[in-house]
Formats: sequence, C-alpha cells, structure tokens
Amino acid sequence: MSVTHDTRIQIRSPASAAQRQAARSWPDLNNPAAWIVAIILLIMPLIANGFFLIEIFATTLMLGTIALSLMFLAGYGGMVSLMQLTIAGFAAYMVAVFGTSDNANISLGWPWWLAVPMALTLATIFGTLGGALAVRTEGIYTIMITLAIGAAFYYFTNQNWAIFNGHTGINNVATPHFWGVNWRADIPFYYVVLAVAALCYFAVDYISRAPFGLALQGVRDNPRRMAALGFNVNAHRVAAYAVASFIAGLAGVLQVWNYRQISPGSVSVGACIDILIIAIVGGITRPIGPYIGALVFVLLRTFALDFLVKIGLDGNRFRLLIGLGFLAIVFWSSDGVIGLWQRWRRSHRPQSDRPGGGRGHG
Amino acid sequence: MTRFVERHPAWSLIVIIAVAVVLWLIFAVWPPGLEDAIGRKRVFLNALFNGITLGGLYFLVASGFTLIFGLMRNVNLAHGSLYLFGGYVGYAISASTGSWILSFIVAFILTALVGVLLQVLVFRRMEGQDLRQTMVTIGLSIVFADLMLWACGGDFYQIQTPNWLIGPIDLPLITAVKSSGEPVYLRYPLVRLVIFLASVIIGIAMWLALNRTRIGMIIRAGVDDRDILAATGVRIQAVFVLVFALGAGLAGIAGVVGGTFQSLSPGEDIRFLLASLVVVIVGGMGSIPGAALGALIIGLAEQLGSVYIPTYAIVVTFLIMVLVLALRPQGLLARR
Repeated sequence: MSVTHDTRIQIRSPASAAQRQAARSWPDLNNPAAWIVAIILLIMPLIANGFFLIEIFATTLMLGTIALSLMFLAGYGGMVSLMQLTIAGFAAYMVAVFGTSDNANISLGWPWWLAVPMALTLATIFGTLGGALAVRTEGIYTIMITLAIGAAFYYFTNQNWAIFNGHTGINNVATPHFWGVNWRADIPFYYVVLAVAALCYFAVDYISRAPFGLALQGVRDNPRRMAALGFNVNAHRVAAYAVASFIAGLAGVLQVWNYRQISPGSVSVGACIDILIIAIVGGITRPIGPYIGALVFVLLRTFALDFLVKIGLDGNRFRLLIGLGFLAIVFWSSDGVIGLWQRWRRSHRPQSDRPGGGRGHG
Repeated sequence: MTRFVERHPAWSLIVIIAVAVVLWLIFAVWPPGLEDAIGRKRVFLNALFNGITLGGLYFLVASGFTLIFGLMRNVNLAHGSLYLFGGYVGYAISASTGSWILSFIVAFILTALVGVLLQVLVFRRMEGQDLRQTMVTIGLSIVFADLMLWACGGDFYQIQTPNWLIGPIDLPLITAVKSSGEPVYLRYPLVRLVIFLASVIIGIAMWLALNRTRIGMIIRAGVDDRDILAATGVRIQAVFVLVFALGAGLAGIAGVVGGTFQSLSPGEDIRFLLASLVVVIVGGMGSIPGAALGALIIGLAEQLGSVYIPTYAIVVTFLIMVLVLALRPQGLLARR
C-alpha cells in the first residue's frame, strides 16, 4: 500500500488549491496571456510558412494532444500510462486499414467519414481494455504494464502481415477531400489540427472541473476514502482510460493524415517514452503543460542537429540532449516547465499578491 | 506441495497430466501420425531446448531487476541499458584478451560499479519517491542508449564462443529412428547448455544466499519492511548499494551471455527490458523463484510460439501476461 501512496503524493498537483478556487468558471477566460496565445495560433498561417506551420506547430499540437491524454490520466487520475502513443498508433492503423491506401489487399476502402469513427471507436475500446487491465494494479506497476502493452503492440505490428503489413507498414493513406477543399493542404490541415487540439484541451479542462473529473481527482488522492464514500474507484479509472483513449485516438487519426503512412516505427517503445517525456517536461498538473512540452520537444528535435553542429559537436546526439534535459527537469522540478515558470513568477512577485496561498510544495 | 494437492485436487490432476504428456513428448519416439500432425520431433525438441535456455538468459536479466525492485521499490527501467553495457564490455574484453571467462568477470565488476554509482549519486537522493525514480531511470536509459550508440555505433557484435564450447553434442534423447532401426540422437549446441547450467547455478546460489546467510536474511527483511529494518540498526543504505550492485552485475553477466548466443546491437536494451518486465509481471515482482518461473514460461512461449505459430509468437507472450494479470494480478509466485 505504501508504494502507491508515495506515488500519489508525487503526482499530486500543487495547483490543486487554485483549481478548487476556480472550479466553477473557465479559468482561461480572464487571462490575457491565454487570449494572446489563442489569437497567435489562429493567425499562425499568416506568420509561418508551410514548413513551420506543419512540421513545427501542427506536429506540436498533435504530439501535445497525445501527451494531453497522458496528462489527463497522470495528472487527474494518478495513472502514468505509457501506452497512449500505442492507442494513437492503433487509431492511425485503423484509419489506414478501413480507409484507402496503396495496400489494396489490406485497406477496405471505406470513405473517411466511416473509417474515422470506426477507428476512434476501436481505439477507444482498445485503450479501455488496456486500461481495465492496468487498473488491476497500481502506481509504478501501471507504468510497467502499459509499457509492456505498448511494446507488445510494436512487436505485433512488426510480425503481423495480414492486417498491419509487417515492418513496411501501410503507405499512401488517403486524406479527406470534401466541400472542394483538400484538407491535407497545409493551411486547412493546420486549422483541423488546431480545432481538434483546442477541442481536446477544453474538454479536458472542462472534465477536470466536472463532477466526474473531481471524483477522479478524489480517487487519485485517496482511493480508500472515495470507495468508502460510495464511488466505484475502478470504474472511474477505467472511464478515465476511455476518455484518454478517445483523445489519443483523435491525435492518431491526425497523425496518419499528416504523414500519409503508418509503420511500426511510429509506435516503437522509444516513441511511447517520448510522449511521457513531453508530458513530464511540460508538466502534468495542467492541460497546457503537454503542449508546452511538445513545443520544446519538437523544437529540439528539429533544430538540435543544426545547433549541435554549430557549437562543434556531433549533430546525431539529439537524443542525448533530450535525455539530459529530461533528467534535469525530473531532478529539479517535479512539475516540468510549468512548475519552473510558476516558481519564477512567485519569486518575482510581492508577497501580498499571492493568490490563495497555502501551496504546500511545488 | 501436499497442501496444494489437497486444496486443488482438480488442478493437481491437470498439472500431473500435462507434465506426463510433456515428458512423453520429450522421451518417447513419436508415432508417425503425431509427426504428420505437428511436425518433426527434432523441431519440437530444439524449440523446447531453445526456450529453456532462453529462459535461463531471461532469468539472469530479470532476477537483478526483481531483486532491485523487491528491496528498493525502484523500477529500474535502465536495466536493459545495464544489460547492453555489460554485453559491450564483455565484447571489448573478449576481443582484446580472447578470454571468455575474464569477460564475464570484468562485465560483472563494471556494471556493478555503474549500479553503485547510480544508487549513491541518483537514487539515494530521491528515496521513497518511486515515480520520480522511475522517471529518472527512463531518462538515464535514453542517455545510456545514446552514449552507447555513440561509442559502439549501430553495428551488430557477437562475442566469440571459446573453442572448448564450440560445436554440438549428442543428447541422450531420441529424435527419430532410422529405417535401419538405428536411433538418431538430438544434437544441441554445447555452449547453450553450459550457459543454461550456469544460470541455474547462479539462481540456486542466489536462493541459498538469500535464504541461508545473514546478509540474505537482512535483504529479505528489507523486502518485507525496510523501515522497521532500518529502525533495528541495520545500515540499510549499505544493503541498498550491495543489492543494486548485485542486480546490475547480474544484468552485465546476462549481457555477455546474450552477446554470446545472440548478438548485441542498439535496441537490444529495450528488448530485454521488456522481457524482464513481462517475466517479473508474470512471476511476481520482487520474487526470485517467481523470476525463474516467469523466465521459463516466457522463454518457452516465445520459442515454441515462434516455431508453431510464427506470426503470433509475441501475442502468446502477451496473452500469458494478460491471463496472469486477470487471474493473479500480483504475479504467480508473489506472496501478497
């Protein structure tokens, strides 16, 4: 029992006091910074060209959404799941299998408006089943089981040729065209991604303040007391997995449209761990954290090579940089970049201005 | 044993019948009808032996993992990196000195040292925060993997088997009978048998050390309740360092073993991390006999699966894990 208890204390959000305070209103509405970010995101196609728009910002939003599903589970449910990318990859595979692609012997050729709901449903079922398995254990065991599920899926896609087409994967997946718009063209696609990301962000934000989300946070903090109060602890956890799976599935559909192909490399164990890194680096106490983490990750991944070469090092050591950065974050801030930012803001603000107070640690 | 038979007579019967069937499959000469149905006996025996020896390797990796977890509640996700590190060290030693035995010793010492450094420099600072420790091990495994890729490149390495172990030997198991009535015996690589024997000896030594010595008693007490153990005046930090060194060293030895009868390359670290995860989930976290049983089951499932249902071999492994989680979430041989 002590194991899981320690884990929960570790995850518990330092911002929970503030959340409780703002539980009944949309906290972002009266924050000018949030409005500025929203406007910048909306007019982004005017600022950035195709490369930045898709490779940086759309990728950030997609990875951020997958990490958001992990943040939802870890931050509000206290369950660190490493299979969120696997669920996204599963949804992507299902879009490729039910939709249209070059592999005509595998793809069923359904139109996108049938294939996508099918993929999302299956991904949600897949994630919920995995979650039902994972909630049988607690704390760090969850990490191990979800990692094992993710790895098993990776090896399975590598070996299975009938559905997943082995290690070559499925290529040239069709993307939607309707209303005379090619939705995979850079600018429409960016807006699709932005809309989905915003939808997921606000959905998570809303759920965290809805009765279900509050009960989930109660389960995270003290499952025994919640059980004594009459809440079905495991049902809440499995439901959280279902919500997170749906979010991850949405991001997976976007990913397969973005790359137009899916292969086992996209669901490898390393990629699963990348999602955890993104969520932890960004901070898992608030929905905005994963997006910040994803931006940092994508910027590093894209520019670390040039940067490392410029300062005279081997450009291939990008993962070393990511790993060291992750270690530094884990060592010095349990709450990622958000935690650092909050600490910095608190230290540059007069004492009387502190909202709420009473934040035990952070 | 007798209590188990008394409490579950039906299960005991099933187990006894299964064991009898397996023994018959191993020792009897297969009738032609059976060979038509499931293939040659030689294939079956080879898969069986490969599975058992692979289980020995998995046991070496997983026992260190489960030992570290059992005492320190630290899920060391960098364990695969320690395995690969040990393998590379063993390769370097055996390539430069030509001594296979020496490569084991050096790999053990160096990986144990890495383990000591990890425990002293990293994990001691965040004791009791197991989630954070796990995150740190993930970060470390990324850093290690990249450093090793930097130092060793992406090539495949294989450690040279010493001359006295090269070549197959005849086992007293009849695979078929020639038309002349002369029996054909199973030929099997000697090195794999020796390695399996060594892992059995290591396993028994660990069991004896844990159950028959004073330090083993301290470790078992620490697994049960480390706070009370510390309160009785045992220098628990020293025990932690010792156990971490032992667990890491075992991973290093396993790396040399794996480098001898498989190969070393980037990505093997994740493969063996996954294997040890599944093995300890099946066998029960923190239990050495559990690791042995889990390793045997997973090794057999992987090898028999890859022979008889090649496309779904990994699914069999996974299904075993799911089944165990559904029926006994704490693992087959865990006490809690």
